[in-house]
Amino acid sequence: MAKRIDISGLSAFYGSHKAIEDISMTVEPRSVTAFIGPSGCGKSTFLRTLNRMHEVTPGGRVEGKVMLDDENLYAREVDPVAVRRTVGMVFQRPNPFPTMSIFDNVAAGLRLNGSYKKTELNAVVERSLRGANLWNEVKDRLNKPGSGLSGGQQQRLCIARAIAVEPDVLLMDEPCSALDPISTLAIEDLIGELKERFTIVIVTHNMQQAARVSDRTAFFNLSAVGQPGRLIEIDETERIFSNPSVQATEDYISGRFG
Amino acid sequence: MASTTPTETPPAPPAASRRAASTGRVGDKVFLGLSRGSGILLLAIMASIAVFLGYRAALAISENEGDFLTTFDWNPAGDPPVFGIAVLLFGTVVSSIIAMAIAVPVAVGIALFISHYAPRRIAAPLAYVVDLLAAVPSIIYGIWGALFLVPYLGGLNLWLDEYLGWTYVFDKTEVGVARSLFTVGILLAIMILPIVTSVSREVFLQVPRMNEEAALALGATRWEVIRMSVLPFGRSGVISASMLGLGRALGETMAVATVLSPSFVISLHILDPGGGTFAQNIAAKFDEADQFGRDALIASGLVLFVLTLLVNGAARLIIARRKEYSGANA
Ligand SMILES: Nc1ncnc2c1ncn2[C@@H]1O[C@H](COP(=O)(O)OP(=O)(O)O)[C@@H](O)[C@H]1O
Ligand SMILES: [Mg+2]
Repeated sequence: MAKRIDISGLSAFYGSHKAIEDISMTVEPRSVTAFIGPSGCGKSTFLRTLNRMHEVTPGGRVEGKVMLDDENLYAREVDPVAVRRTVGMVFQRPNPFPTMSIFDNVAAGLRLNGSYKKTELNAVVERSLRGANLWNEVKDRLNKPGSGLSGGQQQRLCIARAIAVEPDVLLMDEPCSALDPISTLAIEDLIGELKERFTIVIVTHNMQQAARVSDRTAFFNLSAVGQPGRLIEIDETERIFSNPSVQATEDYISGRFG
Repeated sequence: MASTTPTETPPAPPAASRRAASTGRVGDKVFLGLSRGSGILLLAIMASIAVFLGYRAALAISENEGDFLTTFDWNPAGDPPVFGIAVLLFGTVVSSIIAMAIAVPVAVGIALFISHYAPRRIAAPLAYVVDLLAAVPSIIYGIWGALFLVPYLGGLNLWLDEYLGWTYVFDKTEVGVARSLFTVGILLAIMILPIVTSVSREVFLQVPRMNEEAALALGATRWEVIRMSVLPFGRSGVISASMLGLGRALGETMAVATVLSPSFVISLHILDPGGGTFAQNIAAKFDEADQFGRDALIASGLVLFVLTLLVNGAARLIIARRKEYSGANA
C-alpha cells in the first residue's frame, strides 16, 4: 500500500561529518519523486535515511523526523528491520544474491517474513516477476542462478525482489546508471507502471530520465565541497524543468554546473 | 630505478625511462629463467621423492606376510614380518573426524563473531590471539594435552559415558586415563582452530558490501544477513579452510604421539584408550626400526599421503560443483 512520506528537519552524519542538513519535504503516494543534484550533495545519503539504511554505515547517524503516513520511522520504539521490510530499496549496481536461484532471489524477502506454502510462493514470485517485466525472459529458468542474467535483467530481478514483499515505498538509487540504454528504457517503463501501486523515490544523475519518469523533482545542492548538502527546491517536474523558482536549479538543469 | 631521478633536472626523465625499459626486459628474462628453472627443479625433487618412497614401500610390502590393508598388527621385525594399516587408518580418520566436528563449527562461530558481531575494539585483539594460537609448536600442545587435557577430561568422559553411553560410541568400557582417540580429537580440534578461524574470517570480511546490503534492505536481521549473504559467499572459503585444518589433523605427529597410549585395536568406543594414527605410529617406531621396519613405515606414510590427496580432491569437487552459484561471478 502506497504511503506518503513526510520529512522534517532531517540531517545525516558520517561520524562528525554532516552530509545533509535540515531537509524537509513531502513525498506523495502513488507518484514518482526524482532526486537530482551534483554528485556528493547527499542524494544517496538522504535516500538511505528513508529506510534506515544510513545507520548501518559505521558512524552513520540521523537527526530529524521521517513520517510514513502517521508513523515516525525514527521513533524510539521502531525497529529498523521492520522499517526496511516496508520501505524497499533498489541499488545502483544490481545485487541479486549470487548464491540463490532466480526464484529464491524473489522469494527471499517473503521467506524472511515467515513461512509460506510452495503454491503461495509460486504465485508471488510469478506476480513479482511479471510486475518487473521479467517473467517471460526467465520463466523457463527459475532455478538458475540470478547472477547469470544480464545487467538489466539482474536489475529487474532486484526490483522483483523488492516488490515481492509489497512494500509501501520503493527507493531507487540511480538504478540505471550501470545499464545500457535499452535496459534503461525497460526500467523506466517499469517505473511508470509501478507508480500505480507504490510510492517511488528515484535518485538519478540523468536529467532526461528525471524529466521522463518523475512527477515531482527535488533539487539538492551543496554550497562548497565538505559542506552539507541541502534541499534547494522541490516542485512539479514540469515546473522544475521549465520554470524553476531558484536560479541554482536552472543553472544546474541547463548544464551550467554539476 | 626511475624514481631516484632528482626532480630538479628536467632532461633526466627520457634517459631514466629508457634505462627502466631495458632493465625491465633483462629482468623479464632473468625472472622467466628463474621461475621456469625452479619449477622444473621442484618437479624433479618431487618425482625423485615419490620414486624413492614408492620403491622402498614396494620392497616392504612385497615381503609382508599379512595383508597390508586389513592386518591389525605392526610387526615388520617378526618372522615372518606382518604389518597392516587398518588400525592406523581407522585411528587417523576417527580422530580427524572428531577434530573437524568440534573445530569447524567453533571456528566459523569465532570468525563470524570477529567479522560481523564484535566491535572493532574487541575484534582486533581477539583475531590476534587466535592467530597467536597457530604459532604454538605442536610439541607444546602435546605436553599440554598429556599433562592437562588427559587428567581433566576424566570428568567429561565419565559424564559422556553416563548420559551418552547408550550410543555405543561414547560407551567407556575400560577404566583408566583418557589417552584415547577422543582426547586426541579434542587436542587436534584446538590445534586446527586457529587456521580454520583465520581463513574463514578473511573470507567473511571479503563479502561485498552490496551483497550484505541486499539482505539488509529486505529487512534481514544481522543473523539473516549472515545466513543469506555471508555464509553462502564464504562457503567455499570455509571448505578450503577446513581442508587446511584437516590436512594438519591427519598428519599431526608429536601432539598425538604424546597423548595417545597406542595399541593395535580398532574400537568405536572412542573414550577407551588405545588406537593409533599414521603419523603417531611412524614417530613412535621409526627410531628403533631396522631398514625393513622403516620401509614398512614409509609404506604407511604413503597411504597417509594418498588419504590427504583424496580429501583435497573431494574438497575441490565440492567447491567446483557450486561454482555456478558462487559469489565469484556476481
Ligand atoms: N560511507 C561514507 N563515509 C563517510 N562519508 C561518506 C560516506 N558515504 C558518503 N559520504 C559523504 O557524504 C556526502 C554525500 O554523499 P552521497 O550521499 O553519496 O552523495 P550523492 O549520492 O549525492 O553523490 C559526500 O560528501 C560523501 O563524501
Ligand atoms: Mg549517490
